[in-house]
Formats: sequence, C-alpha cells, structure tokens
Amino acid sequence: MSAFGGAGKGWGARLVVIAPYAWLFALFLLPFLIVFKISLSQTAIAQPPYTPVLDLAAGWEGARAFLDGLSADSFVLIGSDTLYIASYLRSLEIAAVSTALLLLIGYPLAYAMARAPARLQAVLVMLVVLPFWTSLLIRVYAWINILQRDGLLNQALVRLGIIDEPTTWLATDAAIYVGMVYSYLPFMVLPLYATLQKMDDSLLEAAADLGCRRFKAFWAITLPLSLPGVVAGGLLCFIPISGEFVIPDLLGGSGQMMIGQTLWSEFFANKDWPVASAIAVVLLCVLLVPIGAYERMQVRRFEEGR
Amino acid sequence: MKRGFAPWADPSQQPLVRFDAVTKRFGDVTAVDRLSLDIYEREFFALLGPSGCGKTTLLRLLAGFEAADAGAILLEGRNIDGVPPYRRPVNMMFQSYALFPHMTVAANVAFGLKQDRLPKGEINARVAEMLALVKLERFAHRKPHQLSGGQRQRVALARSLAKHPKVLLLDEPLAALDKKLREETQFELMDLQARLGTTFVIVTHDQEEAMTMAHRIAVMDHGHVKQVSPPADLYEQPNSRWVAEFIGDINIIETVVVSQTGDHAVLETAAGRRFSVGGVADAGAQAFMAVRPEKIRIALTPPLGGGLNHVAGRVVDIGYLGDMSIYKVRLDDGSVMRASLANARRGSERDIVPDQPVWLSWPPEAALLLTK
Repeated sequence: MSAFGGAGKGWGARLVVIAPYAWLFALFLLPFLIVFKISLSQTAIAQPPYTPVLDLAAGWEGARAFLDGLSADSFVLIGSDTLYIASYLRSLEIAAVSTALLLLIGYPLAYAMARAPARLQAVLVMLVVLPFWTSLLIRVYAWINILQRDGLLNQALVRLGIIDEPTTWLATDAAIYVGMVYSYLPFMVLPLYATLQKMDDSLLEAAADLGCRRFKAFWAITLPLSLPGVVAGGLLCFIPISGEFVIPDLLGGSGQMMIGQTLWSEFFANKDWPVASAIAVVLLCVLLVPIGAYERMQVRRFEEGR
Repeated sequence: MKRGFAPWADPSQQPLVRFDAVTKRFGDVTAVDRLSLDIYEREFFALLGPSGCGKTTLLRLLAGFEAADAGAILLEGRNIDGVPPYRRPVNMMFQSYALFPHMTVAANVAFGLKQDRLPKGEINARVAEMLALVKLERFAHRKPHQLSGGQRQRVALARSLAKHPKVLLLDEPLAALDKKLREETQFELMDLQARLGTTFVIVTHDQEEAMTMAHRIAVMDHGHVKQVSPPADLYEQPNSRWVAEFIGDINIIETVVVSQTGDHAVLETAAGRRFSVGGVADAGAQAFMAVRPEKIRIALTPPLGGGLNHVAGRVVDIGYLGDMSIYKVRLDDGSVMRASLANARRGSERDIVPDQPVWLSWPPEAALLLTK
C-alpha cells in the first residue's frame, strides 16, 4: 500500500487542494521573494544591475558574502525622501476619489440593471463587459483624442455653446479621473449587480407593508444588504487604481506622479532596481491593510452562513 | 369558540373587507375574474385552491402590491383602490417570511412601529409584548440566520402583528414547516386569532390546514370562487362536483333523475341501476350522485331488505393507511368505487381480501345530489 493510501483520499482530491497553493507559490510568492531580495540590494553597473548576487559556485563563503551585502538602504531612502511619500499619498488620494466616483456612478447603474426585466439583464451585463474586448491601451488613447484641445469633447461643448473656446482637459487631474472611472466601471458594477440582483424582492414588499416608503426602504434595506457588493467593488477598484500606471501616464499632467509612475521611472529611467523593488514592497504592505480587512469580513460572513 | 360565530349569516352585519367584482389580469392570464367576496371582522378566513387559482393574487390585491384592473376592494366600507401598501391598515406575513437579515429579531418586530414614529418607550413595550406573544423573548437579540425555521416563522408573525393591523394576511404561513410543527402551529394560530380578535385571511393549498383553522373557506379555481362555506358545510354540502372532488375523497356516479318525491330523488345510471338520494332536482335532468368513502358500508353479504343504494363488486385493491383502510371495489359495470373503514382495533385482520366479492351500501342521506 502506498504511504499516502491511509488518508483515504485519492491523488485527484489532493491535487485540487495543492493546485491553487502551487499556483500562488510559483506565480506570487516566489516572484515576490525575488522582488523583496532585490529591494534589499544596492545598485551596481553590472548585469543584473544590483549587488549582491548569490554565487552558488563559491559555496559557504559565497553565501556569507551575499548576506553581508544585503541592506535596507532603499527602504530608508523611501522613508526619508518626501518625493516617495508624496507619491504614495497622491496614489491613495486618486484611488480614494476615483473609487468614490465609481461608487456614485456604478451603484445607480447596477441598481437599474438588477431592476431591469430579466430578459434585458443578460444584454446589460454584456454591454458592461463589452469594453474589455478592446485593449485598455487603445481605449485610453481614444480618450486622448476625445480630451485633447481640438478633441471631440471641446468641439461638442463649443458647438453646443456651453463654452466659448476650447479648454484644457488633457493632462489634468480631471482627465485622470475620467480615465479611471471609465476603465474601472465594470469592476465596480459587476459585484454590485451580483449582490443587488440576488436580493429578495419580498424584503422590499415587507418594508412597504410595514409602512415604509420606497425611498426610505432603499436606505433601510437595500443599501445595508448590498454592502458586501460595495466593499468588493470598492476593493476591486481601489487596489489596482493605487498602482495604476498607464492611465495617469497617458492622460495626466507632468506634475506630481502616482506611485506606479514613480516606480516606473526608478526602474527604467534611473535603472535603480532596488529602490523600484522597495517601492513595490511598500505598496503591497499598504494595500494589505484593506485586503486583510475584507478577508476578515468575508470570514465573518461565511461563519454567519450567509 | 367557533360555534355561534356566524356574522356572514347576519344581514345586519357589515363586512370588514369586500371584494366587489374584482378582476386582475397578468398579460393574457386572468388571475382573478370578476370575483366578489365578503370577509367579516374577527373572522378566520381561508382562501383554498390549487396553485395558480388566484388566491395569492387576491391576498396581494388586498395588501396593495397589485392593483385591480376592474372592480373595487372595500375596507370598512371605503374603497382602498390606489392606497399604497404603506398606508393600508393591513399587514402581511410572507411565505418566505421576508425577515430583514441584517436586523435582530427585536429590530425586525420594531420596524413597522418605527415607521409610525411611535415614542421609543412605546416601541420597546410593544416589541416585548409581541415577542412574549410568540414566546421568543429570549431570542430578541439574535439575527434571523441564528434561528430555526419555526422560530423565524414566529418572528414573521410577531412582526406582522406588531402594528395591530385590521386584517392580517398570511400567505402559506406554514408551508415551510415540517408536519408535526405545522399541526402544533395551526392550533397556536387559532388560539392567537381568538385572543387578539384580529381578522385573519390565510392563503393555503392544504385543505386540512384550512379545515382545521378557518371559520369559513373560499374554494377558488381559475380566478373564481367556487364556494364559500364553513369547513363542515364545504365537506358535507359541496355545491358542485368540482368542489366535492377537490375537498377530500368522493365517489361520483353520473346519473339521470328519474323521479322526485318530497326531499328525495331517484336516480338512474346508464346501466339501469337506481339510487335514492336526499336532494331536489328536476326529473329527467342530468345529476351526479356523490358519496364519500367513509359513508359507505362494505360487507361480505348483500344488505338485508335489498333496498336501493347497494352495489355488488370485487375488491381490486386495499390501501392500508394506519388509521384506516381504503378498499377499491370494481363494480359489475367496470367502474371503481372506494369505501373506507376505520381500523378501530389493533391488528385485526379483516375478512376482506383482494378479489373477494363484496357489497357496498349507503343510506340515501349519506349521498349527495349534485346538479353541476
């Protein structure tokens, strides 16, 4: 009998459990450890552009030299130079405002979708997902065309007589928010729609039956019960927006950079891999806070049996 | 408690709820068709019928969730057409209970009272009173998902009663409970209704439930009321073949009226067999003789005197149900009649076995004469 036979589980069952962990180990933990290691290194004009590099051929001595070569200089730099801190704060600010805007736009949209006739709902979901069929880059470039000085937006506004001459849209914060809201709307709408759609209509009938008007019932019943969707959609938007690079780079101005842009310039312009890696590690730690909170909420919900 | 309460028989009584020729259509389907019905104060009224008969629609019309296409619904003599659900002095207990999952039991019960902006002390007192009524005081701070099905049902009941509605609507309130709990709860509901004096209108597809609890039952089919009667009348005096067959078990024999003397009629089947039945019908008319299985005597020998109302046949099937046995008997003309006998004694093997010749007989008063 095989040594594993006693557990009474086949290899198939084992594989199902092991596969996601193996996936996470190989594609998340391992790369993260590499990045973490680079963040503890120092720049060098070499290939790769940092030291120390673990030299296995040198044996024990090589390993000791490798450990002695590690330093936390990059983290000290990030903590002391206000450029980085400002960049983090700006990212979090843009992510927070974008997420709030997304929620304000996405919630009514998801609500209308969930209330639409059943036949129509599949079509509406399809329409929300439809932009994914085109590359994000192309869609953001399209926004450049719309927002530039002689672009569609200014032409339309001038022709409608709302403004007398073209204004600057591109390279402003407004353009960044337009791009963020446009690109991330499906990530907000879909989880919200999923929670709103499965809500029991009889709850609203019961509220009405007990003397509650529709508008009030929304605040008393619908909104609290859709909070899991609000949190899920909020995190799905907030986390990637915090690290967003393409949208601020193409639509935003040349002023204060978001952390993704700072990371990019450290990596490609300054060729400072250790600082770039340290930025990534700190960003991950910052974003672990909301992820952890969400995880705790999920566990509690699971235990409540909902 | 039930006896002596018959406001529907008193012409001076005004109904609390009146459906006046109400029609409700959903697309091509007419769920309620020119239906008229009176329900009286303190009455425990049941709407009974197969699924899709329009009983739930009728309840939802009264609650205000649906608007009638034609006709009027009157509450205390006033037309409530166009009055939104949140302004009707009527509360509903939902089949799914529809408890607010994010609120505690106490908050669920308090919800309706808060909408009326009652003072906090009064709300708390009323919630405590309601929870005591359904014996859930100890569960006030639980959330619905922490309760059993029976407890949730009682929270729903307490919540719908908290505002002291003029009419309490109950949509299949016991459907989700298991049989034992359902029977207990039936009696609790009856007791509660009698104590509070609130008018209850219950929708159910379970005739035993309706028979047990209600003062009167409206039997519905395809948006029409077929008959409105107290349970015993419905069982013993159905007004049509449809109602007779819907309520309980019954043998129906198609006949023609031969003669009518006094309050008895003589009926004849196509095969020439004659029966005497209590009832009035025109000679020559089509009629159904209906007799319930428990009112038929089954014997191994022909009845003495050899009067009318007996048939001979062979036992083809015996159904043992515990409290009673049902005998299916094939008559000479090929038709099958059912007779039942209570199993009054334990383990008594009857002499009646399959394929045995037997005689079925019943007195004229036991049978019904139905003309439609």
